[in-house]
Amino acid sequence: MNNAITTNIVRFIALVLVQVLVLNHINFLGYINPYLYILFIILFPIKNNRMLFIFLAFLLGLTVDLFTDSGGVHAAASVTIAYIRPVVLKFSFGAIYEHQTIKFSNTDIGQRLTYFLIVTLVHHLLLFSLEIFNFSKIILILKKTLFSCIFTLILCILITVLFSRKTK
Amino acid sequence: MQQIINFIIRNKTFLLFLLLFCISLIFTFQSHSYHRSKFINSANFLTGGIYESANNIGGYFGLKKENQILLEENNRLKSVLFNAQTGKLKEAFIVDSSNYNANYKYTPAQVYKNSYSLTNNYLTINKGKKDSIKEEFGVITSKGIVGIIDKVSPNYGRVRSILNSNIGVNAQLKKTNHFGILTWNGNSPYMVQLIDLPKQATFVVGDTIITGGLSTIFPKGIPIGTVASFKTDETENYFEIDVALFNDMTNIGHVYIIENLDAAEISNLNNLDE
Repeated sequence: MNNAITTNIVRFIALVLVQVLVLNHINFLGYINPYLYILFIILFPIKNNRMLFIFLAFLLGLTVDLFTDSGGVHAAASVTIAYIRPVVLKFSFGAIYEHQTIKFSNTDIGQRLTYFLIVTLVHHLLLFSLEIFNFSKIILILKKTLFSCIFTLILCILITVLFSRKTK
Repeated sequence: MQQIINFIIRNKTFLLFLLLFCISLIFTFQSHSYHRSKFINSANFLTGGIYESANNIGGYFGLKKENQILLEENNRLKSVLFNAQTGKLKEAFIVDSSNYNANYKYTPAQVYKNSYSLTNNYLTINKGKKDSIKEEFGVITSKGIVGIIDKVSPNYGRVRSILNSNIGVNAQLKKTNHFGILTWNGNSPYMVQLIDLPKQATFVVGDTIITGGLSTIFPKGIPIGTVASFKTDETENYFEIDVALFNDMTNIGHVYIIENLDAAEISNLNNLDE
């Protein structure tokens, strides 16, 4: 348990730093940035105190907002995905989730991909809608969502594969 | 009463979510409006300090480009200086150094953080209250306009970039005095828009746009960019111009902060009418 807390604190700080110091400056093709910090929310232990989890997600988003001068858009998007995560988990993993015994490294790649995709998509859509905040620019919002989503997804998968502990 | 408490306990997760979501929305709406106090900004000791240490490392990679820019500026200033000393205009250029350019005070600063892909972009610089920098000071580079100071902490300042949908800078054509308002539509970091330029103005593609003297923030004549394309707006009375910036906003290293020493006097005078 203690180990899990340490892991998550380290993950929180590392992801924020990587996000604000490296990933926010990629600007691939002018506007495409991955938002890797949501990996903290994606990989947060399943058995948790939900209130704490939502609060941590808020804190995570707010920290990123602080660095990017974006008001509260990251906080809003992060809190939302933290709140809807149980529903997404249930949808993607089905029966295993009911027994609360998911280990992300053991799950089927397809199921994991669905889970990542839904979370990322919701997060990015909310993020860009709030950031651009102009319904006449809906095309721009969708374009940014789509491309950034692909970028984030690839990076998330790579990072989880890279850092997964092999027990073989 | 019992039922209310029960309801709160049953839905505590949802209520917490709702509360935090609303807080974030309030922050978001504040960031979209122009003059509001904002808590969430990068000009504080934590973010400023982290950006500073990152800049100390990353700053070395841009040195070659920075040198080039400084060299160009030096070259331009030197040529102005020598031409003034040796040319026929010698008499005309004799100025009293005690009051020359006394209306504006310049302070050099370094950019720690710059963004250009969002709708509202901000820069963080290494000058703040301790360097007597205040809000509503202008920020330029040797090539042209960058933005306006919008928040200061003791050691750091936040600059509202011209790539921000909330910016509104008074700008005019260089060859005539027709003026309009500089805004940004959020599309390209190389293009800003000049709106509300009267239809009577005559210009061609390639003409230079400079800051107008109507605002108390920037002195008249700071270069902004050139006319890239233009069209009339819906009312058919004004031009909308796409301005190609002189500055590469994606690569800003050193900037100058302009303080208008007469700003208080001018705004006092303008307020007399009201």
